[in-house]
Amino acid sequence: MSDESLFSITIGGQAGQGIKSSGLTLAKVASRSGYRVHTYTEFPSLIRGGHNVIQILVSPKEVSAPVKHIHLLIALNQDTINRHRAELSSGGGVIYDSDKKIDTSFFDPGLINLFPVPLSKFANTAGSSELLVNTVSIAAAVALLGGDAKILETLIREEFADKGEAVINSNLTAIQSGFEYAKANFNDKIKSVLAPVSNPSPHMIVNGAEAIALGAIAGGLQFSAIYPMSPASNILSTLALYQEQYGYIYKQPEDEISAVGMCIGAGFAGARALTATSGGGFSLMVESLGLAAMTETPLVIVEGMRPGPATGLPTWNAQGDLQFVLHAHQGDFPRIVLAAGCAQEAFDLTIQALNLADKYQTPVILLVDKNILDDDWSVSPFDVSGYLIDRGKLTADFNPEFTRYAPEADGVSYRSIPGTGNFFIANSDEHNASGFSSEDVTDIVSQQTKRMTKLKTCADTEMPPPQIFGPENADVTLVSWGSNKGSILSALESFPQANYLHLTWMNPFPAEAVKTILNSAKRVISIEANYSGQLAKLIAEKTGFLIQDQLLKFDGRPIYPEEIITKLNSILSAKT
Amino acid sequence: MPTLNDLATGCSPTWCPGCGDLAIWGAFKNAAVSQGWDNTNTCLVAGIGCHGHLLNFTKITSFESLHGRAIPVATGIKLANHKLNVFVFTGDGDCLAEGGNHFIHACRRNHNLTVVIHDNAIYGLTTGQTSPRSPRGYKSKSTPQGNPDYPLNPLTLAIASGATFIARGYAGDIAGTAKLIIQANAHQGLAVLDILQPCVTFNKEYSHTFYQQNVYPLSTDHDPRNKELAFKKALEWGEKQIPLGVFYQVDEPSYESEVPQIKDQTLIDIPVDRKNLSNLFRRYI
Repeated sequence: MSDESLFSITIGGQAGQGIKSSGLTLAKVASRSGYRVHTYTEFPSLIRGGHNVIQILVSPKEVSAPVKHIHLLIALNQDTINRHRAELSSGGGVIYDSDKKIDTSFFDPGLINLFPVPLSKFANTAGSSELLVNTVSIAAAVALLGGDAKILETLIREEFADKGEAVINSNLTAIQSGFEYAKANFNDKIKSVLAPVSNPSPHMIVNGAEAIALGAIAGGLQFSAIYPMSPASNILSTLALYQEQYGYIYKQPEDEISAVGMCIGAGFAGARALTATSGGGFSLMVESLGLAAMTETPLVIVEGMRPGPATGLPTWNAQGDLQFVLHAHQGDFPRIVLAAGCAQEAFDLTIQALNLADKYQTPVILLVDKNILDDDWSVSPFDVSGYLIDRGKLTADFNPEFTRYAPEADGVSYRSIPGTGNFFIANSDEHNASGFSSEDVTDIVSQQTKRMTKLKTCADTEMPPPQIFGPENADVTLVSWGSNKGSILSALESFPQANYLHLTWMNPFPAEAVKTILNSAKRVISIEANYSGQLAKLIAEKTGFLIQDQLLKFDGRPIYPEEIITKLNSILSAKT
Repeated sequence: MPTLNDLATGCSPTWCPGCGDLAIWGAFKNAAVSQGWDNTNTCLVAGIGCHGHLLNFTKITSFESLHGRAIPVATGIKLANHKLNVFVFTGDGDCLAEGGNHFIHACRRNHNLTVVIHDNAIYGLTTGQTSPRSPRGYKSKSTPQGNPDYPLNPLTLAIASGATFIARGYAGDIAGTAKLIIQANAHQGLAVLDILQPCVTFNKEYSHTFYQQNVYPLSTDHDPRNKELAFKKALEWGEKQIPLGVFYQVDEPSYESEVPQIKDQTLIDIPVDRKNLSNLFRRYI
């Protein structure tokens, strides 16, 4: 990596040891000190006992992807050292518990700095919770990185505000002991990674799931039913928190079939509704996807991808559901499919999805991958002043002649809701303009044509051109989607002669623009976290352009910037 | 108040002559006229099966869902606008086979819904296969050697699942059915009304004659608050042993009455223009 200012910290331990929350605390210390941060978590589908690890990246500049190397390893057990010792970069360091039997004999003291800290002893002195070990270790890390203990103390006070003074005080004691010990014993090794910047601009630290939930709240969500499933569950836990304050309902249903059915019912009755799931839950929702389209009921489904098929790898990353969501369900009907590449896009697209669902009265699917949902992202506080809530052609006025599915040039008929006096049937059977079941040829053709017209209207009025990062005339054009965006932008810092085509609209698809860009590109590489190159297939289907070079990874791990750099180097050197 | 004419859609019923659905439809319309259910206050939801055609013949705003999926849609409607009077029309296959999971969970949540089961113990629309209500040994297109499965009892299932109003009617008694529909709808909470109806075309076993000979009203001193007694009466089935009436009814708060957000207004009436979110976003700094 060429970026010398990027500092990577990894905390590892057993599941249940509070690794994730320790990492978030450290990330917030960095953020409040004036730095941009990103976290990446790896954990097994277990509650206790497996190996958990979180990487925290700190930089004065924007950072949005994990890296392979580690500068500072906080090892809460021997296993962490054994698994990650090879990733430590030269000059890096390891904080570990000097009260435990930890073998560090294999480290070359000239290359790796050892920071033994009596974590257990300090934790025991500070209080009774075993999680205090985390607080001591984070405090030692803050000291070693030149950070301000007061920022950590303030955070701990906020975090444990509802746990009482005793818990706060034992954590403050733990901070003091860890911080002072590191300062006193490793004074010559202290770096300035976390040295507070004066007047830092505030940044939020949100994972993608929180960004989606907050986007939904900002976008006027009224109803949500979500059945728990990794990696989408943090969306429901965030939505559940604020429902009374902001006047919407989150309901836990009995299964994903009910989740989507409740959302369709609420949408039909006039409430903005959203559900979320992963590929397996979406499989159950597929039946109702066409129901929303047939009855022309607004619906937003967030699909958080993890590796499949079947139970697959519940806590790992994949982008293997693109072709599935594009084609799921019998028959032809309009569906809008969007894909976010980071937390900010997830926030923006959630708001947009709610508007599109209302305007086009059809299902909108927002695709995100596990890394977007679980990673913590540093974003400027969301600005919602410019967002508008657009309910589309929705009328509550009573009209005795109301015709719910009347033909319209743009394909979108006026929608009303029950209780207004307007009579109509939202009918899963093919129907006439009033909604009565009909097998009449004229009705069948006019209703099916009307529904499909909506997609064209949507493409013509809503679809932005795809985003290109980097120079217009590049030697190499990378094409990708989803969380790969962060790794690609990071890799491109080393390749000023390469650019990146980032796609967020999958259906309708910006075919003409993509075709023009790819046809004029000198060399094209697609990058995807799936086995079969699903985006490349979509591009081929829509544009006829066949991408020959594909970087595909399907092992659940992120596509690291280092891997993209290697690929680019091999292609550029082969060319010259 | 609507008249019977106001409820006509211009579509003529497509059910077989003598079908129990005709009688249930008639009973519902009579109930609607007497109670003032119309497009300003009521919404109908149906699943798929012969029962679902009712929506085409009844001029009250409705949603025809998928097979087995009427209850989730109705639940969403009720939560979005709890002032609406929401009816679920469902069949025994629709409700107890494909939609069984939704049925038991709706019962345990006590949503303020009126669930009317058109119980003909057969799949009529798919031309005569065994349903979860068909008796053991029953011969049909799907069980020509006789049904190897035991039937489900929607009443005991509803009692065990936590529904707070459970009744059974017989479609041939239109006035009695209308009365039960009104009682079920007046109940605050999940009301299950199982209506025994013949399928004159495909179920020769449970005919009008069979029901007329074997149903009897629950005695006037039946205590519907007694859950054990309700369960005992619901287990009765056989010659002269099919009780009709309200088996069970208790006052428990409905789901919707306990959601603080919709205490004072319906969900769809709460303004959603949430521009001042800085306090919310600050939590994440």
